[in-house]
Amino acid sequence: MKFLPLLWAGLKRKKLRTALTFLSIFVAFMLFGFLGALKEALGAGVSMAGQDRLIVRHKVSLIQTLPESYLARIEAIPGVAAVCHQTWFSGIYQDPKNFFPNMPVMPGEFLAMFPEFVLDDAAKQAWLNTRTGAIVGRATANRFHWKIGDRIPLRSPIWGVPVGQAQWEFDIVGIYDGAKKGTDTSQFFFRYDYFEEARQLLKGQVGWFTVRIANPDQAAQIAAKIDGEFANSPYETKTEPEGAFAQGFAQQIGDIATIMMAVVGAVFFTILLVAGNTMAQSVRERTAELGVLKALGFSNPMVLVLVLLESCAIAMLGGCGGLGLAWLIISSGNPVPSLLPVFYLPANSLLGGSALAAALGLAAGALPAWQAMRLRISDALRRGG
Amino acid sequence: MNPSPQPLVNISRVSKTFRRSAEEIPVLSELGLAVMDGEFLALMGPSGSGKSTLLNLIGGLDRPDTGSVQIGDDRVDQLNDRQLAAWRARHIGFVFQFYNLLPALTAERNVELPLLLTGLNKAERRQHVQAALEAVGLANRSKHFPRTLSGGEQQRVGIARAIVTDPTVLLCDEPTGDLDRKAGDEILSLLQTLNKEHGKTIIMVTHDPHASARASRIVYLDKGRLSDQPSA
Repeated sequence: MKFLPLLWAGLKRKKLRTALTFLSIFVAFMLFGFLGALKEALGAGVSMAGQDRLIVRHKVSLIQTLPESYLARIEAIPGVAAVCHQTWFSGIYQDPKNFFPNMPVMPGEFLAMFPEFVLDDAAKQAWLNTRTGAIVGRATANRFHWKIGDRIPLRSPIWGVPVGQAQWEFDIVGIYDGAKKGTDTSQFFFRYDYFEEARQLLKGQVGWFTVRIANPDQAAQIAAKIDGEFANSPYETKTEPEGAFAQGFAQQIGDIATIMMAVVGAVFFTILLVAGNTMAQSVRERTAELGVLKALGFSNPMVLVLVLLESCAIAMLGGCGGLGLAWLIISSGNPVPSLLPVFYLPANSLLGGSALAAALGLAAGALPAWQAMRLRISDALRRGG
Repeated sequence: MNPSPQPLVNISRVSKTFRRSAEEIPVLSELGLAVMDGEFLALMGPSGSGKSTLLNLIGGLDRPDTGSVQIGDDRVDQLNDRQLAAWRARHIGFVFQFYNLLPALTAERNVELPLLLTGLNKAERRQHVQAALEAVGLANRSKHFPRTLSGGEQQRVGIARAIVTDPTVLLCDEPTGDLDRKAGDEILSLLQTLNKEHGKTIIMVTHDPHASARASRIVYLDKGRLSDQPSA
């Protein structure tokens, strides 16, 4: 603590240069924070995926449907504990820009399959009792100010409208929350039996099946058995772990993680050069001052640590400041809920960012600190004089 | 019969040669010097005569090639880097020609620097700093930054920094070299006071006969050798 004024003196020696270096690091880490939140948002399905869940979809593509009758055949395969299905409904609420995922499901089986969607018992019962009942996630309910009892009209470009109706109508019977941070609470689920009865085409067809397996270690074998069961049929399947399915879904718009790492890597390399140059310049300018400190009795390792601390202080102040502002902005709300249902800065990004800031400080200060440590006092004083 | 007093600074057969590329430049050759406790010694000589090199050897900033440098009970030439740093902090006060204050620190923070290496707490450090600044007549300028002080005042802060740990020896390298006559005289008077009233042992390198006249003894260094008379 007693060396803090000395550290501070080094930082404020050239205020403009310190401020510009601070700003460049600040902006870089703010970017890092936003990219961390974006990566989390795009990978939310992957990180939340159940280890014991498989997805069975049409072998050709996700938009091809499968017969609902497959459910019983999948259930009969040894090692399968439970099965339910979902179908992409693509319902539009008032305007296409009000996008949120919506799907018909089998309420009881669905809630048992996805315990991460937390619904109170009264709402569960109401859903089972209400044919047009739907449950909606907290994020979407808040977004449109929906509450239980509201009737929600949706138009579906895929499924048309029920006979005698101008659009699909659902009664909200429950609002679910996520069991943990990162659970997608933007989705809207309604009853499959109502959907099946009311739709005009592809009756008896569903989008995909979710399968719970008894032993996650046997995932590959069971997936192979499921696909084998339907091989050479008009509706061949592709079965994969839920995480891989979600990843494949996210990668439809590119390998975001790789792109992100490339951007972050380029930014940080540049910042490292800027900060390293700043520190080197600062040490060069202070040759005589460092010589004086040594003459007064500061040992070589102390001078090394002082220079390193100074470098780390700029990096940590800039880094943590940037991350902090990113966290504040991200926490204040999701700017694009229709595109990114989950949007938050995860703790591991904050911790990783802080560690990266410290590493940046150490890397940028290492060479100047080494030079300062090896400085000969008589040479330093002569150069300063 | 009392035994004769031992010198505080005892330099014996010290040689120092600098090497630049393949060239060897001998600076000090088999040099001997003894300075008694409480003495105010002026070290004079032409540029390049090795005055500053000798001062650096006494202050543990450099090591001799051969010979011994003993200050009190310590063989300075035999200490390693870490021991030397700690020894300097305890025993040596440096006063530089160009003051060498840290521009971003106030006068009192500059004076406090050597105390950061001691075990004193904040209140004790403040007390020592105040006493040192009072001793140089700058107690009322403690919050000022170096750029707002005159050259003479900056050198006083430099002297306060040098004496704040109550070192064994004060080493002054041209302390008036960057000052006008009036400010220089004030600094020399201050050094004399520290020597006479506080018993500080002072070794001062200077070109200026006016400055050396304030010392209790003058030695001359030329071509690496010491004498009591200036060379012709």
